Amino acid sequence: MTDNLAEVIAFWYLAFMAVTGGVGVLALRNPVHSALSLVYVIFHVAGLFVILGAGFLAVVQIIVYAGAIVVLFLFTLMMLDMRGIAHERFVHRQLWLAVPLAVLLAIEAVFVGVGTPEVREAFLGAFPPQTISDLGGSTQAIAAVLFSEYLLPFEVASVLLLVAAIGAIILARRFDRELEAMPEAAEAGESGEAAS
Amino acid sequence: MDGWEWLIVAIKCVVILLIFLGAPLILVLVERWTLGRLQSRIGPNRVGWSGTLQTAADGLKLGIKEDLIPRGADKLVFWFGPVFLVVPALAAWAIVPVGPKVGLGRDIGLWAVDLNVGILFFLAMGSLGVYGVVMSGWSSNSKYAHFGALRASAQVISYELIMGLAVLAVILYAGSLSLIDIVEQQRGLWFIVPQFVGFLLFVIAGVAETNRVPFDLPEAESEIVAGFHVEYSGMRFAMFFIAEYANIILISAIITTLYLGGWLGWTIPGMEGLTGIVWFALKTVAFIAMFLLLRAALPRLRYDQLMSFCWKFLMPIGIINVLLAAGLRMAWS
Repeated sequence: MTDNLAEVIAFWYLAFMAVTGGVGVLALRNPVHSALSLVYVIFHVAGLFVILGAGFLAVVQIIVYAGAIVVLFLFTLMMLDMRGIAHERFVHRQLWLAVPLAVLLAIEAVFVGVGTPEVREAFLGAFPPQTISDLGGSTQAIAAVLFSEYLLPFEVASVLLLVAAIGAIILARRFDRELEAMPEAAEAGESGEAAS
Repeated sequence: MDGWEWLIVAIKCVVILLIFLGAPLILVLVERWTLGRLQSRIGPNRVGWSGTLQTAADGLKLGIKEDLIPRGADKLVFWFGPVFLVVPALAAWAIVPVGPKVGLGRDIGLWAVDLNVGILFFLAMGSLGVYGVVMSGWSSNSKYAHFGALRASAQVISYELIMGLAVLAVILYAGSLSLIDIVEQQRGLWFIVPQFVGFLLFVIAGVAETNRVPFDLPEAESEIVAGFHVEYSGMRFAMFFIAEYANIILISAIITTLYLGGWLGWTIPGMEGLTGIVWFALKTVAFIAMFLLLRAALPRLRYDQLMSFCWKFLMPIGIINVLLAAGLRMAWS
């Protein structure tokens, strides 16, 4: 009973904090503060994974989202001059379209979640808790599903990411070739490279 | 959990905290002595016997200094920057096993927690350390700090991948993510033997992650003064010091655990716990010494060298290493 109570308190704390952080991402004026608020959300969602017994997901959430993606956001934001951006309009012009769409989406999500038995079952997960502990933990359970039933989507996703990475490199490289076409710019580029 | 177990957990936490705060004090002093000798100068020798109280005196000095906040700084982020450096370094200690299970009336593992995703937890905490650097660098409202933070984030993201690849090969050999299991799997053969390439990759990435020479570009004093912590003073500056040295000790402990069999070694029957701690400490201290000697021996890399070394040299080796490890595992089983 005490474990259950602790879990409930932890859930409400984490959920409340995650939502607060989410509001912060949108409401804070400074983009860097928004990004840091996003880290805050990621942490609390990771905490929710922990109380669900999915330690692997929690840690991967922190490594991938906090450790790589938001750091890159911050990296980009730091390169930009944000003195102007911080004073832009708080309420965007697309508000009249965004609010009805968001309400519609929320209604749809609740409707599908409550009304469809298949979706309700999917919420319970692929395995009952007993099977997960038989497999040796949530890490093994994820591997068992990911590398059998969902192998093709998994591989497709990784190929897609690889294509995106190669695409990004090629887009960045093309800039060099354009510079070569312009002799004086190429010189400037070379001296810039030597300096960096 | 009964009362005794809570007490044991509390004692473990206090011990980790004391080591975390105490070890940097000793390490800074040892480093200054070593560097002094290696650079043909005396080093600290005034405060206390042969300068033994030098770091304590420095700490006291930093403690009573004014905590300056530069004009135009983002106060909240500026305050939290050092915290984000220190907390992950401390949290990661929770999973380091310093010895085997010992029986003192009941079985006590010489580690704070046995996470079944232990090594991933270490990687997660390592990737969080960069937030401390980025936050303090950005919020200082200073060009030098800004450049330091930019360099640090690019460097840590890049070298984290190398560390991840090296760890992946170890996981393939051990078949577990728990550090205790990884150590137990090394009873026959330490992983440094089949994974020597991975070991080298991990050590290089570890030096880069702690921003130490020859990868200390985020704080290159000849180019950007002191990098991301240039605007900090007083106790906040001391926190950067504590975090840096705590990270050195942590990385050394993790190298020991992953590649050198952690607490394993010759034991006296009945004294496994004690000899385990001694072995673990000896191996860890050897790597800490390596960190200190590297600083005396090597010059700093140039920034483009640092990046191309990571992406064009270490990265392919790391990938090949993982593929080879996976192939060997397949061949065995």
